[in-house]
Amino acid sequence: MTNSEPRGSLDWSVQPPYLYPPYKSTVKRAPKNPLVLLPRSLSEMTGPVYGDDSIKPLDNDLTRNSALNGEPIGERIIVTGRVLDDGGHPIENALLEVWQANATGRYLHVNDQHDAPLDPNFSGLGRVLTNKQGEYRFTSIRPGAYPWLNHENAWRPPHIHFSVFGSQFISRLVTQMYFPGDPLMPLDPIFNSIPDEKGRQRLIASYAHDVTEPVWALGYRWDIVLCGSQMTPFESGKDV
Amino acid sequence: MSNQTPSQTVGPYFHIGLIRPGDNMNVMVNDQTRGQRILVRGRVIDGDGEPIPDAMLEIWQADSDGIYGHPADPKHADADPAFGGFGRAPTDDSGEYSFKTIKPGAMEREGEPTMAPHVNFRVFARGMLIHAYTRMYFPNEVENENDPVLKMITETDRRSTLIAAVDMGEDLPTYRFDVVLQGEKETVFFDL
Repeated sequence: MTNSEPRGSLDWSVQPPYLYPPYKSTVKRAPKNPLVLLPRSLSEMTGPVYGDDSIKPLDNDLTRNSALNGEPIGERIIVTGRVLDDGGHPIENALLEVWQANATGRYLHVNDQHDAPLDPNFSGLGRVLTNKQGEYRFTSIRPGAYPWLNHENAWRPPHIHFSVFGSQFISRLVTQMYFPGDPLMPLDPIFNSIPDEKGRQRLIASYAHDVTEPVWALGYRWDIVLCGSQMTPFESGKDV
Repeated sequence: MSNQTPSQTVGPYFHIGLIRPGDNMNVMVNDQTRGQRILVRGRVIDGDGEPIPDAMLEIWQADSDGIYGHPADPKHADADPAFGGFGRAPTDDSGEYSFKTIKPGAMEREGEPTMAPHVNFRVFARGMLIHAYTRMYFPNEVENENDPVLKMITETDRRSTLIAAVDMGEDLPTYRFDVVLQGEKETVFFDL
């Protein structure tokens, strides 16, 4: 694709398609008509503004924010990284919402019928804002793998769901972070829906010994790149 | 190729992280908010015409004067401080969602085509690896005729998927906007 061709801000060479039949639920939920490329307007360049009042003190510690009578079971982890736009600029006050299964691979959700125990001290949800350098950090428990019904003997690799707001309507991202070296990833159609190998690798956190805290928790580092930096306010090139 | 982080589906259990009890993120108004209160509701529908009970919608809109409360809007200093402009709602067992909000104003900015009142939508669901973008417009608005986005959709059938219907039987003016992910009446979705 050349620069003169119109294109939106999402890079479809790394983003998943709507239709990916190995993930069966996409088959009836994928739009079939081509997307219509929108002229850029204020509607796409603006978005909700978040600040310190968007989060509460324990929101970034999933090992404590829903503890009833003790500590959650499992391997304690610290996950940290930066949120950037796709020009490499850090994004301050990006809101991240995370949710995940517990150490046994069970979600605290009415529809999760997996025969694995819930943990009374772990609800698996958190929120965190990025600082001036675009950095986020939260503490949790390493989630377990869990079975699903997509195909015979299907298991989701352990992952943490991330919902991220940048500063614009177009910079929204909902995705999943995976753990390095997991043998289930190559078998997982959701992970494999990403058409590009480098794109798939970008969903995998790195083990970070400098983040690991002695006698406490293992550290992982995962940077997140949102789309939107090439966006100019209007086609006319006006400064806003 | 960019270095964007790829999207992944919200999956079936997004409610625990994104729809928390007491947040009521589908109620976007308070006593101080300016403008005409409205309800926006509808269903999210799959390629078999079946309602989708595990979808989530996010909306973003201007205030009643057509101003976004965000620094990129040159008029943002005049935005309604009692209106955040963002809402989020899951679908229920019958695939229905609803928002209580205000009717946004048309947007006039110097040197730019006037935008008709509209609500920006993002659609998420189990089975969607990446969200979809669409817009809801209001029926019978004078600005619709020259709206730069509506004008691009020349097929009448397709264009009509972006325009809400007036829904009767509520205390508030109510607009029905169904999001059809696939099929004959498939909603127009955008690449932004």
